[in-house]
Amino acid sequence: MFITFFYLLREKGLSVSINEWLSLIEALDKGLCSSSLVHFYQLCRGILVKSEVDYDKFDQAFAEYFRDVRTPEEIPDQVWSWLDKELGGTDEAHAYEMAFQKYELDELREMLNKRLCEQKEEHHGGNYWIGTGGTSVFGHSGYNPAGIRIGGNSRHKSAVQIAGERNFKDFRQDATLEIRHFQMAFRKLRQFSSRLDGPKTELNLEETINETCDNAGNLKLVWDRPRQNTVKLLLFFDSDGSMFPYMNLCNRLFQAVNKSNHFKDLKVYYFHNCIYEHLYTDPSCMRGRWVDTEWVFNNLGSDYRLVLVGDGTMAPSELMSKGGNNYVGLYNQIPGIEWLKTIRKKYPHSIWLNPIPEYNWLYTYGEFTLQKIREIFPMFELTIDGLDAGIKKLLVQR
Amino acid sequence: MKNLQQFQGSSEYVVSSELMYAVNISIALQKPLLIKGEPGTGKTMLAKAISDSLNKELIIWNIKSTTKAQDGLYVYDTVQRLYDSQFGDGTVSDIKHYIKLGKLGEAFTSEEQTVLLIDEVDKADLEFPNDLLWELDKMEFYIPETKELIAARQRPVVIITSNAEKELPDAFLRRCIFHYIEFPDEEKMEEIVRVHYPDIQEKLLKQAMETFYWVRSLKDIQKKPSTSELLDWLQALVVAGISVEKIKEDIPFVGVLLKKNQDIDALFDFKEKGFSMRRWG
Repeated sequence: MFITFFYLLREKGLSVSINEWLSLIEALDKGLCSSSLVHFYQLCRGILVKSEVDYDKFDQAFAEYFRDVRTPEEIPDQVWSWLDKELGGTDEAHAYEMAFQKYELDELREMLNKRLCEQKEEHHGGNYWIGTGGTSVFGHSGYNPAGIRIGGNSRHKSAVQIAGERNFKDFRQDATLEIRHFQMAFRKLRQFSSRLDGPKTELNLEETINETCDNAGNLKLVWDRPRQNTVKLLLFFDSDGSMFPYMNLCNRLFQAVNKSNHFKDLKVYYFHNCIYEHLYTDPSCMRGRWVDTEWVFNNLGSDYRLVLVGDGTMAPSELMSKGGNNYVGLYNQIPGIEWLKTIRKKYPHSIWLNPIPEYNWLYTYGEFTLQKIREIFPMFELTIDGLDAGIKKLLVQR
Repeated sequence: MKNLQQFQGSSEYVVSSELMYAVNISIALQKPLLIKGEPGTGKTMLAKAISDSLNKELIIWNIKSTTKAQDGLYVYDTVQRLYDSQFGDGTVSDIKHYIKLGKLGEAFTSEEQTVLLIDEVDKADLEFPNDLLWELDKMEFYIPETKELIAARQRPVVIITSNAEKELPDAFLRRCIFHYIEFPDEEKMEEIVRVHYPDIQEKLLKQAMETFYWVRSLKDIQKKPSTSELLDWLQALVVAGISVEKIKEDIPFVGVLLKKNQDIDALFDFKEKGFSMRRWG
């Protein structure tokens, strides 16, 4: 039943599993959707879709699959012209009270075809022919909850129409790397130690028993400090300009890091293409909203793990020459590449994450500077595997 | 469906038909219902409304960043037992005495069917939802200390809320019915306001709602005001007796609506210049 719909959903990129599909079948078996398409739509969505991000994909798939329910192409033009008539004064109250017959979808289609052959004139109101108003299962502005709407506007929203509205378009993000992936990767960035300051809050059962025995059976509790992550993380983001296409990806990385609470300390700075004597404190890279790079060197020790995120592509002069800074009015005495070398020396645990896929590194625009930077920092592409490898690198000395 | 209990909303909680339907699906399929939505759309209130309307006991398990899955099942109070052993208390040899059931255990052992709210599941550790898969699926768990199997007498109605602070694992999601509470449109919002303040002035409400939705529509506001903020704001307006004309002009008590300094600054930028230059950060 609707098995092609299942495959359509998977084709659209929704990871619907067989388990969920069986749940849906079970729900249908229990009569949960009482042959209303709106309920069927909500039921499918509730069971099969697990994030508001995917609502839009689902809406599209649903609208596509059940589209022919709304606008069967084989409906003759004449029928359309009957339906274009405005609603007359139908006896709505009476129509509403009528008992509705419930039909299966296939049954409905068959009936529609039959009716199309039979019907030779306009009908408005009533409960059999194609027309406006009334409780017939065909036509529009009527009251049959399980009908096929042909044109017009539904007074009572039909499911396909709801799906067609695509209310959840805003939530859509065609993301290969979700925040969770980042979070899981950053989890691995940890080095536990119990030598940190802090209250001793964990009961050491082993020692307690030993001490109690030594204490002639009088209870003596032994407490330990909980093991804590000692990793301090420093992040430099390339922002603006050539990074624009990767903004969403970087934003997710930023959020994931920000939400991970297992780092001992986390500092984030921004730069534009290359790092010179300033590091910006917010991603707008506005003049004056910065700290001196020297200040960072002096205040954040070499035990910080450093992650640079950027595409590393720029004009060669920006990296290699004095005064290469492309920010108008700023002149750097030391070329960017020297700054990068100093940074690498100061922070031996450092990696460069590049959102450009690795197979493009040799061919992309600005590959010259990218290669130069690669000689200084170990570079990894910003994918799950790249991030994993990079984090492993961060944990070992050099 | 007829012989099943159905959730219809309650007098204090305005519920959309979609949400009502989602609740009923989850009850019928005996699967947990995962509720997501902007803060302040009444995710937590839903469980209360369900328990009121179905007349079932509500058990709330509030998740914090330190909560472990084990806490919800049972806690073995070793320290108490050690202390007791000092005084040769007769119950020391009975481990059962020191096993304290958590909220999940409580819901499982209850004679009557209960409504179990697992509030803000995303607050906890990343692994937390995975650790509860079996327990939520089979509605049972095993206590090795006493060799006891705790199985649900009546499968509780499980409501799980999430603020999307952390992403939830797929395996966990597969076992849930999912519903995203949309932010109420103006019509629904009016209904909600009237439930809370039945005799609010018509004009005041109209002005306040207009201002409220305008503030929400501003792109640069990072933390958008939600239903609960609107309700607080309305109350502040009524209590202070602000004249209706001034609401849109001055936006009094803006601190009730917006909780971040940058947001308030951005709002006034907008009012003066019609745009704001602030960005994410």
